[in-house]
Amino acid sequence: MSEYLLEMKGVSKAFPGVKALDHAQLQLKPGHVHALMGENGAGKSTLMKCMFGIYKMDEGQIYMNGEPVTIKDPIDALSKGIAMVHQELQPIPARPIGENIYLGRYPLKKVLGFIPMVDHEKMYSDTDALLKKVKLPFDSRQLVGTLSTSQMQLVEIAKAVSANCRVLILDEPTSSLTQREVDSLFDIIEDLKNDGVAIVYISHKMDEILRISDEVTIMRDGQYIGTWEAKNLTTNMIITKMVGRELTNLFPKRENVPGEVAFEVNDFTSINPKSFRHVSFNIRKGEILGIGGLVGAQRTELMEGIFGIRSHVSGEVKLNGKTLKIDRPKNAIDHGVAMLTESRRESGIMGVLSIADNISIASLNKYLDYGCVINSGKVENLVQENVHKMNIKTPSSKTLIQTLSGGNQQKVIIGRWLANDPDVLILDEPTRGIDVGAKYEIYCIIAELAKQGKSILMITSEMAELLGMSDRIMVMCDGRCTGFIDGKEATQEKVMALATQFE
Amino acid sequence: MTSLSDRKAGFGAKLLATAKSNPIVVLLVGVSIIVGFTTNNFFSWGNLGNLVSNTAIRFLIALGVSGCLITKGTDLSAGRQVGLAACIAGVLIQRGDYTGRLYKSIPEMNMWAVLLIVIAIGAFIGLVNGWIISRLKVPPFITTLGTQTIVYGICLVFTDAQPIGGFQSNYTRLITGRIGNVSGFYLPYLLFVAMVFGCLFWFLYNKMRYGKYMYAIGGNEVAAEVSGVNTKNTLLRIYITAGIMYALAGYLLAAKSGGASASMGMGYELEAIAGCTIGGVSTTGGIGTVPGVLVGVLVFELLKIVLQFLGVNPYYNYVVQGLVIVVAVALDIRKYIAKK
Repeated sequence: MSEYLLEMKGVSKAFPGVKALDHAQLQLKPGHVHALMGENGAGKSTLMKCMFGIYKMDEGQIYMNGEPVTIKDPIDALSKGIAMVHQELQPIPARPIGENIYLGRYPLKKVLGFIPMVDHEKMYSDTDALLKKVKLPFDSRQLVGTLSTSQMQLVEIAKAVSANCRVLILDEPTSSLTQREVDSLFDIIEDLKNDGVAIVYISHKMDEILRISDEVTIMRDGQYIGTWEAKNLTTNMIITKMVGRELTNLFPKRENVPGEVAFEVNDFTSINPKSFRHVSFNIRKGEILGIGGLVGAQRTELMEGIFGIRSHVSGEVKLNGKTLKIDRPKNAIDHGVAMLTESRRESGIMGVLSIADNISIASLNKYLDYGCVINSGKVENLVQENVHKMNIKTPSSKTLIQTLSGGNQQKVIIGRWLANDPDVLILDEPTRGIDVGAKYEIYCIIAELAKQGKSILMITSEMAELLGMSDRIMVMCDGRCTGFIDGKEATQEKVMALATQFE
Repeated sequence: MTSLSDRKAGFGAKLLATAKSNPIVVLLVGVSIIVGFTTNNFFSWGNLGNLVSNTAIRFLIALGVSGCLITKGTDLSAGRQVGLAACIAGVLIQRGDYTGRLYKSIPEMNMWAVLLIVIAIGAFIGLVNGWIISRLKVPPFITTLGTQTIVYGICLVFTDAQPIGGFQSNYTRLITGRIGNVSGFYLPYLLFVAMVFGCLFWFLYNKMRYGKYMYAIGGNEVAAEVSGVNTKNTLLRIYITAGIMYALAGYLLAAKSGGASASMGMGYELEAIAGCTIGGVSTTGGIGTVPGVLVGVLVFELLKIVLQFLGVNPYYNYVVQGLVIVVAVALDIRKYIAKK
């Protein structure tokens, strides 16, 4: 009999173009809270999805009580006593709490001895008992849609508890919880520990980790770094182990010289109280301002707020001393602000249209004859200029953008924005999902644009990219700006310290 | 440099690829040819003229609905809008001395003035559709399902469900007129109307911001908005344009039929949508061309004539047409799934 309830050994998982897990491992003891830590993209969530049967591992083996097991899918995982609370919640708002908790496994009763019907009374009374057990003051018949995000998260945790699991995975469970809710969550966790449940706890919040966990496993770049007893660790030790790697990416030499202040954002606050608040910063001409932070730090939301995709309640945006009124992306574009959005597929490319259409859509007013007829020749020139300048690999300007590689698609979208000759360029994860060679080309383009005097705001979750490309770094945590670091003095430890400065 | 033989091979391959991606067009044309050679009088000038005139009016409606489809919408009110336009045109164009005049207080009006009135009404209905869709965010299917019924109701009230006849003769003569005589074949005026609007729409879709924004919204509405496209106003314009096209088609249809009634235009929206889909307009958005729409409508009209020549009970037409629509969309969706 093994001392471990569940073990994962030698787990590898590759996605197209990236090795997400490289011989990772994890060992869980019954009645212990095991914290799993690492930077964005270190492979924590991927490892958990392998355990829960959402992903199929390429290599590796899972053992439960020392016996090798195979987990085919989430239903299989649940039947083996593994439950997971996901980072992104998927509740059904228009149905009551009871139905959400027993979704897919409704208690049944036989009517007339053979017609199976949902036993609503049992479902609701069981749910009430469960809610009482985990100390949530809700009625089982209340609609989930009437709960706040954090309350939904607690219900989701109750759902996992109701599965009578032996292993419970909590993926960033406290990201939207208030301090009091965190306390009640920790009470639930204590009870589960006493029942002998093994808990995997993924979080970026150091104080929580040190408070709740018994062991800590640290991962980096999909690899297992080590497991330590929590009581022997300090915040600094964890950060050093999380980021401790050589910078392997290469960056072009930058020749840009930041000039005077061009773009200012003052006291910018979202309409959503959980999102960005009271953020102020400025950026100079020819400067690259990197924006660092953990996933969920509201960096994208802030930039989309500035660009007019999201609403803000207070704050002002100034370009060259002039206050801009931006309610829609069109206003921002007209004032010389451009934004490469985070998700290329969802808000960037128009897949079934040609490269020419994709590159010219934001600047069509520049290619008109007689004020209304589009001059195809001018559009073609634009395409050729960009194809040449950015080395876009495409058979022709009529090729559909969806047939290009991610890197080439990204260059086309960058070209779309450059066609308007913006003063301020916001880049949200400009190299996400792009292979190494194309990454370097995009870095060169960014460096060249800065040299031309454009102000560049770059959100990136890749530490190496943040340190390698920024003249200055702004770090955000939980919707607030927690500090600025000069590019030359920036280290991974400094960024991580600011990025984990939770209130 | 490509040699001539390369280019020839390229053309052949292209033709084959086109045929492969439009199996329904190939099938229907094939069936028509077989029917044509096995029945009498299929290949006749009269039949051709009939086909051209029918296609011309359907083509105008299909052009209107194509913009809605390309932006992932639809317009189920098209047929009823055609009917309303036909009735309004019919009532206003009735001869002053016609005893069955519906509204005796309305003076006899100039047919061109009536055209403008009808178009203004069509534009207004389109505006209402577009406003509900773009501002209230009601799905186009539901919006136009509602306006379809509203427009029909208005039409019944306006005509009191009475058939309308007694048009000014210059109206019917002009619309149904034809010129030339190419060994017994006359070119109907409707052909020229269709050609003019076909060219106009080709220009609009390919050379104007209107078209580019329309394709962008169909391709990815979020990306279009982020790129500074005023998606709301673009959608509004698309539905207004559609309303104008239905009004025009209704005006022509009343003249062609020599009468109008509230039931006119019933089901035309489905024919138009079917024509577009057969012609390669994708219901998944962003794809569709004017020549494609023309081919689709033509093939669909051909199908109707074929059924007629085969002596099929006309009630079966609905069954066949419905099948063709579903099959065309299913094939289109399959293309899309394969691409993923």
